[in-house]
Amino acid sequence: MTSPGDAPARASAVVIGAGIVGNSLVHHLALLGWRDLVLVDKGPMPNPGGSTGHASNFIFPIEYSKMMFELTRDSTEQYRELGVFTQSGGIEVARTQARMHELRRRCSQAKAWGIPAELLSPGEVGKLVPYLDESVIGGGAHFPTVGVVDSLRAGTLMREQAQRSGTLAVLAGTEVHGISVAAGRVRAVATSAGEIETDNAVICCGVWSPRIARMAGARLALTPVVHQMISVGPITLFADTPGEISYPIVRDVDTNMYERQHGGDMEVGSYAHRPIIVPPDEIPSIEQSAASPTELPFTADDFDPQLAQALELMPDLLGDERAGIRYAINGLISMTPDGHPVLGELPEVRGLWSAAASWIKEGPGCGRAVAELMSGRVPTVDVHEADAARFYPHQRTVAHVRARACEGFNKMYGIVHPAEQWESERPVRVSPVQERERELGAVFFETAGWERPHWYASNSAVCDRYAGRLMERPAEWDSRWWSPIINAEHLAMRDACALVDLSAFAVLEISGPAALQAVQTLSVAQLNVAAGRVVYTSWLDDDGGFRADLTVMRLGEDRFRVVTGGATGMSDAAWVSGHLPPGAFLADLTSAWTTIGLWGPRARDVLASVTADDVSHDGFGFGTCREIEVGGVVVLASRISYVGELGWELHVPIEQGLRVWDTVWAAGRPQGLIPAGIGVYGTTGRLEKGYRAFGFELTQEYTLPEAGMTRPKVKEQPFIGKEAYLRQRAEPPCAVLCTLTVDSHASADGTLRYMLGGEPVLSPGGERLTDAKGRPSYVTSVGSAPSLGKHLLMAYLPAGHAVEGSTLAVEYLGDRYPVTVAVAGSRPLFDPSNERVRS
Amino acid sequence: MDILVCVKRVPTVGGKIAVTPDGQEVDTRMSGFTISPHEECAVEEAVQITERLGGTVSVLTLGPEAAIDQLRDALALGAGRAVLLETDGREFGPAATAAAIAAEVRSHGYDLVLLGNEASDTGDYQVGIRLAHALGWPVATGIKNLTTSADGAVARREYRGTEESYELPLPAVITVKEGINLPRYPSLPGRLRAKRAPVERSAPAWQPEGLRKQALRVPAVAGHQAVILGRGVDAVPELLRVLGELGVL
Repeated sequence: MTSPGDAPARASAVVIGAGIVGNSLVHHLALLGWRDLVLVDKGPMPNPGGSTGHASNFIFPIEYSKMMFELTRDSTEQYRELGVFTQSGGIEVARTQARMHELRRRCSQAKAWGIPAELLSPGEVGKLVPYLDESVIGGGAHFPTVGVVDSLRAGTLMREQAQRSGTLAVLAGTEVHGISVAAGRVRAVATSAGEIETDNAVICCGVWSPRIARMAGARLALTPVVHQMISVGPITLFADTPGEISYPIVRDVDTNMYERQHGGDMEVGSYAHRPIIVPPDEIPSIEQSAASPTELPFTADDFDPQLAQALELMPDLLGDERAGIRYAINGLISMTPDGHPVLGELPEVRGLWSAAASWIKEGPGCGRAVAELMSGRVPTVDVHEADAARFYPHQRTVAHVRARACEGFNKMYGIVHPAEQWESERPVRVSPVQERERELGAVFFETAGWERPHWYASNSAVCDRYAGRLMERPAEWDSRWWSPIINAEHLAMRDACALVDLSAFAVLEISGPAALQAVQTLSVAQLNVAAGRVVYTSWLDDDGGFRADLTVMRLGEDRFRVVTGGATGMSDAAWVSGHLPPGAFLADLTSAWTTIGLWGPRARDVLASVTADDVSHDGFGFGTCREIEVGGVVVLASRISYVGELGWELHVPIEQGLRVWDTVWAAGRPQGLIPAGIGVYGTTGRLEKGYRAFGFELTQEYTLPEAGMTRPKVKEQPFIGKEAYLRQRAEPPCAVLCTLTVDSHASADGTLRYMLGGEPVLSPGGERLTDAKGRPSYVTSVGSAPSLGKHLLMAYLPAGHAVEGSTLAVEYLGDRYPVTVAVAGSRPLFDPSNERVRS
Repeated sequence: MDILVCVKRVPTVGGKIAVTPDGQEVDTRMSGFTISPHEECAVEEAVQITERLGGTVSVLTLGPEAAIDQLRDALALGAGRAVLLETDGREFGPAATAAAIAAEVRSHGYDLVLLGNEASDTGDYQVGIRLAHALGWPVATGIKNLTTSADGAVARREYRGTEESYELPLPAVITVKEGINLPRYPSLPGRLRAKRAPVERSAPAWQPEGLRKQALRVPAVAGHQAVILGRGVDAVPELLRVLGELGVL
């Protein structure tokens, strides 16, 4: 407990919260050279009462998300170095056929990331876990590198290392009363030990984080949720086992439970009960708590159904009348709308950082990443998917956060399809033509809150026209959240033309006397172009990794319009505003402009029929933009394409979008115009053309040369990542982005299977492929190429394997499929000379 | 031997008790409910007696429907039957409580009624004595050691450094204190049995009594102060001195 006046007057950063994340953060900041750090917590050390203190502390390395896998791996390595990791192994058991299928998928994913994993028969599970009733399960997946950690000890060690280096003052028992902000920047943190002047306040407060963020006027998309856990003991079998754990941790995933030995007890945890949200303001104080503020009273009724299922799996061990439920809590944990942590600077306030919604398994990794971001470095792990700036305003509302947390809670151990859609809090953002789309039977997927047609049921008539070419998928899993209509829409677009609703684009305008300097600094491509040019460019980070990938229209001397994907719009806007020179201004025009795409060989005929302006190839060249009149509306037409066809993006004031859609629709129908969904725009059209996508191929880990996107010349002007890019160009790439075709889709049982993404690419003999930097080869994007009659995969291959015509293998759901390297580099498989786009 | 154990649903409290804004209740939104440690021991004592001598353990509570949670907790520990004397939310005074329990005891018939020495919320110290008086049974209170046979019970307690021992014929009422035994934890099968067990219910009438709750107030407590004796081995001499002062060395 501190008294007023105990706090230092100034600090380089005030880190709030001494759980695993805060401790890790001060440790990494100290390593990165920060001095005069302060760590504040209202609770006592070493267990101030947050979620770290009641965690079950086990780590399964397997994750489908590469970022979550990498954060977990980094954290595990840090725990190992601190000497607090005990390897126990872990087994996920299956009670259903669907789960066995899922476990095969998980083992294949494990192979992609290089995690040891194997499928076990019930008997083999029984050998490792002798107290488990084999008759209840159909098998299991064994992850031998699963382990447990002492997270409190790890936090203490890291905190004390920072203290010993003389860089850190620790204020335990110190309440934060406020964060003062001046001119949009953090100025000071007021605490019960006095006010600390600082430029940086870091929120590492787990379930309390939204409350602390609000002190600075920011909203943090996180909610506390209850996770129930009981501890049963003494377990006779465990009486003589050494240390904390001797048997593998069992995840009984079909019942959303886990069983984990903890000394003489068995901990049984559940994600099966009803979602129980506890608002941050209702978390009791330390003094009011019977146990700790995050260990709320156990609500037995919620857990009772789980007891029977636990007993079923471990009847003798848990059914022992002498073993009692010695500890039972409703433990509070943090959840976010998308299940990812919230890392980095919050967009509302400069110097207000978040390292929140991190669990034990990714805590030290998150600490390192945020310390690196605060130091202006490119983080070791690519954490753009956890960017604190990623959320749109609606995604940070209490209603949205709670609804998605509730929906996500019971999916924690669920079988979640990679394309599975959220059901709650929809619709939020609707396009001006949504009514038309509904009439056309649009099947809506959600991106960044936007409802986007993925395909149109009304196009089932088009399917008949292309019967035999639709590449139907016989396995239910492969065809879930998919339709052969997508492929019909694709073929119809290639034969005539298609109208695509692209309202979800984020539209940012950079203006002012320094606008050119701003876009030049951000962009690899030359932006000092004539007004009316459209430039496709990457944005890089300082190390030459991808930060964004988008198009920029120069609309005038001092005006540039950036069009980027909805999913990354908020992050991209934050990146821009963090790099604006004086005299350049950023405006988010997303809600002012809708975009309608018109592409296909008939696109010009259709457009020409609704405008008097010149849209001929000579009059309106590729890569240019201009205002034209369409049916009494002024439209900013931009002649580019992400689907490899002649056509335009029509940028329309949002309230006039419906009129333009109707005008083009009426003119186009006689020409064979069909509506096409994002299934075509984002996948089939793009893959046939070898177009890369940010977040899939284009990530922080890869470079322009590796992605096959090197341009002949490097512009003279400086830009972010230029030095790194020049170095990358000078050396041969150690990986090459390739397009692969699947030679046989026949699985072991003869069913034709179509992989969905993330799968490991292997040598013909089944060995993992990794490049000289240790990066594994896995499928980054995948989909039908209906014009080619092929299922296309993209993957980075080690340079030695990136040889066109060579045969490799891809593992999908435990089976291996032969694939051929069709393209090493960026040459499109469809229309390789790009005649259609430039016709 | 047929034993009745009486328990009361009370708020769980941490170091600092919060009171609802109207001052009428302890704020339990984030703390929940439990039974007192005395009563946990009463349940354990009853279960141990029947494990030794045979018979049944019934558990009774007088309270709102939500008090079924506390009945199930006791069922999970080995009680075989549960009785809810359901109230309408109004607090029963000790006289009305004893009267309601007495009615249940008369109608069912027990050899022994165990209670906690006092409720941990109202602390009236009356229900056991009033119950025995209403039934005309012998009563011993504050018991920390109990020997029971089919013929009777020997109940012992400490009072100002001396041990008092009472021999009681059965049926009798005995109120026990924490420390008489070490209560067990519920087993998983016990918890499942508890969940399935029926609860017998009746609703005694509320009666006004002399005492009426005005409002709750959290009294000020003297603040605690931690004193750091030193760090590492340098702290050892001072630590030894303090331990010596406390008389634990």
